[in-house]
Amino acid sequence: MLRLHEYRYHRPTSLGEALALLEEHGPSAMPIAGGTDLMPNMKHRLFTPAHLVALKRIPELHGIDVGEREVRIGAAETLAAIARHPLLRDRLPSLATAAGLVAGPQLRNMGTLGGNVCLDTRCTYYNQTLFWRSALGFCLKKDGDVCHVTKVGKKCVAAHSADTPPVLITLGATLDLVSPRGERSVPVADFFVADGVRNTVREPDEIVVAVRIPVPPPTTHTAFQKLRQRGSIDFPLLNVALAVDLDEGDVVRDLRLVVSALGARPRVVAGLDKIAVGRRLDDDVVDAVARRAFDQCHPLTNITVDPEWRRAMVPVHVRRALLAARTPAPAAP
Amino acid sequence: MHAILTLIVNGDRRDVGIPEHYTLLEALRYGLGLTGSKQGCDKGDCGACTVLLDGEPVLSCLTPAWEAEGRAVTTVEGLAEPGRLNPLQEAFQVTGGAQCGFCTPGILMSAWALLQRNPAPTREEIRAALAGNLCRCTGYTKILDAVELAAEMLAAPTRARRGGEGGQAAAPAGAVRSPDPAVAAAAPGSGSGRDTAEGLAGEAAAPAVAGGEP
Ligand SMILES: Cc1cc2nc3c(=O)[nH]c(=O)nc-3n(C[C@H](O)[C@H](O)[C@H](O)COP(=O)(O)OP(=O)(O)OC[C@H]3O[C@@H](n4cnc5c(N)ncnc54)[C@H](O)[C@@H]3O)c2cc1C
Ligand code: FES
Ligand code: FES
Repeated sequence: MLRLHEYRYHRPTSLGEALALLEEHGPSAMPIAGGTDLMPNMKHRLFTPAHLVALKRIPELHGIDVGEREVRIGAAETLAAIARHPLLRDRLPSLATAAGLVAGPQLRNMGTLGGNVCLDTRCTYYNQTLFWRSALGFCLKKDGDVCHVTKVGKKCVAAHSADTPPVLITLGATLDLVSPRGERSVPVADFFVADGVRNTVREPDEIVVAVRIPVPPPTTHTAFQKLRQRGSIDFPLLNVALAVDLDEGDVVRDLRLVVSALGARPRVVAGLDKIAVGRRLDDDVVDAVARRAFDQCHPLTNITVDPEWRRAMVPVHVRRALLAARTPAPAAP
Repeated sequence: MHAILTLIVNGDRRDVGIPEHYTLLEALRYGLGLTGSKQGCDKGDCGACTVLLDGEPVLSCLTPAWEAEGRAVTTVEGLAEPGRLNPLQEAFQVTGGAQCGFCTPGILMSAWALLQRNPAPTREEIRAALAGNLCRCTGYTKILDAVELAAEMLAAPTRARRGGEGGQAAAPAGAVRSPDPAVAAAAPGSGSGRDTAEGLAGEAAAPAVAGGEP
């Protein structure tokens, strides 16, 4: 049994009301959407906000609008709604696939896209009960000043562990945020920072209202791959998203590849314009891209599996993603 | 801080005075005494606390109680009618789909939601629907058998009643009480639950009342 601390639970029915609550209660308030990340974290006393501002009843955070050029998904839409949406499966198949591979069925009925984008980073030494953490001694990310992973480092290396942001980065998606101070839009690619303590540029009183995603042209092929211990429930040990634009001769016009669940920020694999763009996507190019991804990824023991194995799986999953994108299969059932 | 929360649980309107930070699971178990939903891991890993919220399976251990206000909550207590098990529960008894039983309430709710939206699921669809529920005892095979059997019983209540032609003939769908020796004797393959389930797959035979041990 894991008891929660005492808090007030506010259920605003408009965005304005929610922002007023966040402003009124300042640092003692936190937004909550599906609660599938925040509730376990509160049970572990990683957060103890005196006020929770529930987002699910706010109409502005709902709706899946699939336009010709752009898709808008309200931040409070559930992962299940995204995974089964016929138009999303058709136009943004890698996003629907990634949403459908998050956690298990009940959690996808609860968890939202906004919560997935804002998911807290994860680490073996962090996602534990207060009792567990106090026994070992607290860590950098919460209440302590040492990193139990690197032992010496002064930077938190907890892993970004969400499945949809890597896909959103490859698709060039943008987040619409609102705070009591106003609105702004941030590309998902610029939303994350390499600091495991707080790995996004979101201010504590900012609400993600919607995710906007440009609809890729028919020549762009996308794929998503996920490594985990079991076929369900588990967080990713590694995930890979890609979007590749090919001309009629299978020559690469553009290639975006993101590898994540390793460090605090999704890694955009760099230097692909030199080894892939302008070339036919043949086996040599696939191998070269997989090798490039391997060279740039250095997993740590922030998750209790062998980091060497996780690293060795990087080129395997990059290759699978590239092959899937090269021979586009019909939409998954 | 305590407050009064109004829930619609298994069709009944219930007022419950609980602390504002309670989860739905705590409201059900400690506020309303509905202890069918189990507190397993209490942090989203196991599925033992699964209930239906407006017909969709959710984890009540991670649902703030007030999120359920005014919405239909279905718990395992809502499956059986007074004095009579739901065919899905019958099927678990028949195939031996429950051993220690701790995971069973959550699995029943995930399976019930599946059967409501898809009355004839494939084995793959059953696996996918139950992929958020852990069981440490059964090895899952008998659970999958049970859901398949339940789908048959719900689809063909009259056939599924055949085994009870003696004393139980008048009983409605799946109202077979398996410890009843008369019924057990009438059922084919009354040895183990597994034989029974296979027999059924073969000829949609009768219910399959597994005789002895589940
Ligand atoms: C057993 C288990 C397995 C899981 N497996 C996976 C997995 O495989 N992959 C994966 O990606 N995730 C996984 N998760 C995590 C989680 O279920 C999902 O990431 C989910 O999408 C989180 O969304 P939520 O709405 O429940 O977030 P919440 O818990 O409500 O919120 C998470 C954080 O984001 C903030 N927040 C939420 N919405 C907004 C918003 N609109 N604006 C501003 N801030 C916001 C909250 O304040 C909180 O800090 C798992 C969780 C569990 C318990
Ligand atoms: S008790 Fe809720 S998932 Fe385990
Ligand atoms: S029957 Fe014991 S956990 Fe499933």
